[in-house]
Amino acid sequence: MDDFIRYIPHTEEDCRKMLETIGVRSVDDLFRSIPEEYRLTKPLDLPEALSEPDLLRHLQRLQSPIFSEGPWSSFLGGGAYHHFIPAVVSALSSRSEFYTAYTPYQPEISQGTLQAIFEYQTLMCQLTGMEVSNASMYDGASSLAEAILMAYRITKRKKVLLSEAIHPDYRRVIQTYLDPDQQEIVSIPYRKQDGRTDYAMLSNLLDGDVSSVVIQHPNFFGVIEDFRGLGEKVHQSGGVMVVGFSEAVAYGILTPPGEMGADIIAGEGQSLGIPVSYGGPYLGIFATREKYVRNMPGRLVGETVDLEGKRGFVLTLATREQHIRRERATSNICTNEGLCALMATIFLSTLGKAGLREMALMNLSKAEYAKKLISGSRVCRLVFVAPTFNEFVIRVDGEAEKVLEKMRKEKILGGVSLARFYPELDHHLLVTVTEMVTKEEIDHWAEALEEALR
Amino acid sequence: MQFPGDLFYTDSHEWVRHEGVTATVGITDYAQSQLKDIVYVEFPQIGSTFKKGDTIGVVESVKTVADLLSPISGKVTETNPILKDHPQFVNEDPYGKGWMVKMEVSQPDELKALLSSADYEKGVAEEE
Repeated sequence: MDDFIRYIPHTEEDCRKMLETIGVRSVDDLFRSIPEEYRLTKPLDLPEALSEPDLLRHLQRLQSPIFSEGPWSSFLGGGAYHHFIPAVVSALSSRSEFYTAYTPYQPEISQGTLQAIFEYQTLMCQLTGMEVSNASMYDGASSLAEAILMAYRITKRKKVLLSEAIHPDYRRVIQTYLDPDQQEIVSIPYRKQDGRTDYAMLSNLLDGDVSSVVIQHPNFFGVIEDFRGLGEKVHQSGGVMVVGFSEAVAYGILTPPGEMGADIIAGEGQSLGIPVSYGGPYLGIFATREKYVRNMPGRLVGETVDLEGKRGFVLTLATREQHIRRERATSNICTNEGLCALMATIFLSTLGKAGLREMALMNLSKAEYAKKLISGSRVCRLVFVAPTFNEFVIRVDGEAEKVLEKMRKEKILGGVSLARFYPELDHHLLVTVTEMVTKEEIDHWAEALEEALR
Repeated sequence: MQFPGDLFYTDSHEWVRHEGVTATVGITDYAQSQLKDIVYVEFPQIGSTFKKGDTIGVVESVKTVADLLSPISGKVTETNPILKDHPQFVNEDPYGKGWMVKMEVSQPDELKALLSSADYEKGVAEEE
């Protein structure tokens, strides 16, 4: 956790400029008036500096015996992820200028809000490899459903090929959105061996009636989908390729779906600086190709110049929206998740590209460490062979719910039981390992799991 | 405001130029003046067929959107490609460079039911 959250008020470049301006070669030169013998030449006798997450953990450890009964270890995921959130995210987003303001009805009066949304859109395009992002939607599930409706507007076709490795809750929301339009959903199963969508079956079903092909990447089982070449096939048949996601941090290391043939990317942005708080509010990310922008749902902020030629921001392409186009609007959404989008913007700006990559790598390596522990176990085993990001499925020799209950006694939230989503996957747990758990906690989790199955 | 005498008109402010089997369709000078600055025209797919009164396109201006209704029944043979980059032609030259859709007329009788220039102009005067 070295670089990924470090506070430096000025960069090396800033320092160089300041020194240059006052005509001094180095910072040490500033102290030359102090006689040599009074200067400290060795480092201060202090422990090494901690990064922000390490410092927080240190303070929690100091307080816990006094104020609480000690922390829990969480290995829960499946659409909601426990990630580190730098203090600056809540400090800035809770400023009253952002926090108390509702969407202004004369939006251009709020240049600050529009600028923040514009920055958000830019970041989302960079993250997903797309050309246009909207100002955000309610959550990942509704965003993905809207992507399918958009594909229908583009193709005027009604058949949707929907991977069963998409988050089950997302699929239910999609069902709710699509029923009134009488679109036909064709479920594409996952392969029992590697946990990926069955692409052979999908390709067979891909015909001139298909509006959209929808997968999740990484999918609900944490598996990284291999959809190279699929986008091309979908385009040849005249359809639209939609990629959903629930864990945005994965895109810190994965090739952005926009570079892999996706036409619409729609998923959940909770991982980006938004806490897991009893299910919401969340952040729906939605991005697409510029050629489809007129079919895109949601609000969109554009950059322009005012009468004096100064940079400014406006709501643009509003004729797609309900207050103008009425029943022919691209969506009934008239707002965005403003505050959550702002939090994601601050989060990504703080981490930067390198920081997000580092965070993603930490998730990957910690999850791989946990997988390694499981691979040596006799009472549970890894289920899918395809590569995963920070989540994976294990099968336990015992009743999943009872195992989890026993682990809770050890203050471990050991995973998510999959039986309620996939009846064929009883005895299966979805385990998530983020950067927030330490190696010791992972070891403890593996031991508790073994113990619970004894 | 112009209402060329060689065209047919509709109550919903489209005009039709009839030449042989082809009907060229656009929106009238009055329609463009009401919509103000037009920014986008959404076209039907070439080859698709429509009945009289069907929505064949959407005209977007800075502040509003309006449907383009098919004045006659027929098959779309061409849409105006220049409007994609120059939607302002609809404002500048509604009966010329601002044309929108060309159709193959399937029921020529329908043309007789359309308005003449004089009738349309009268209708507009009443609307104003």
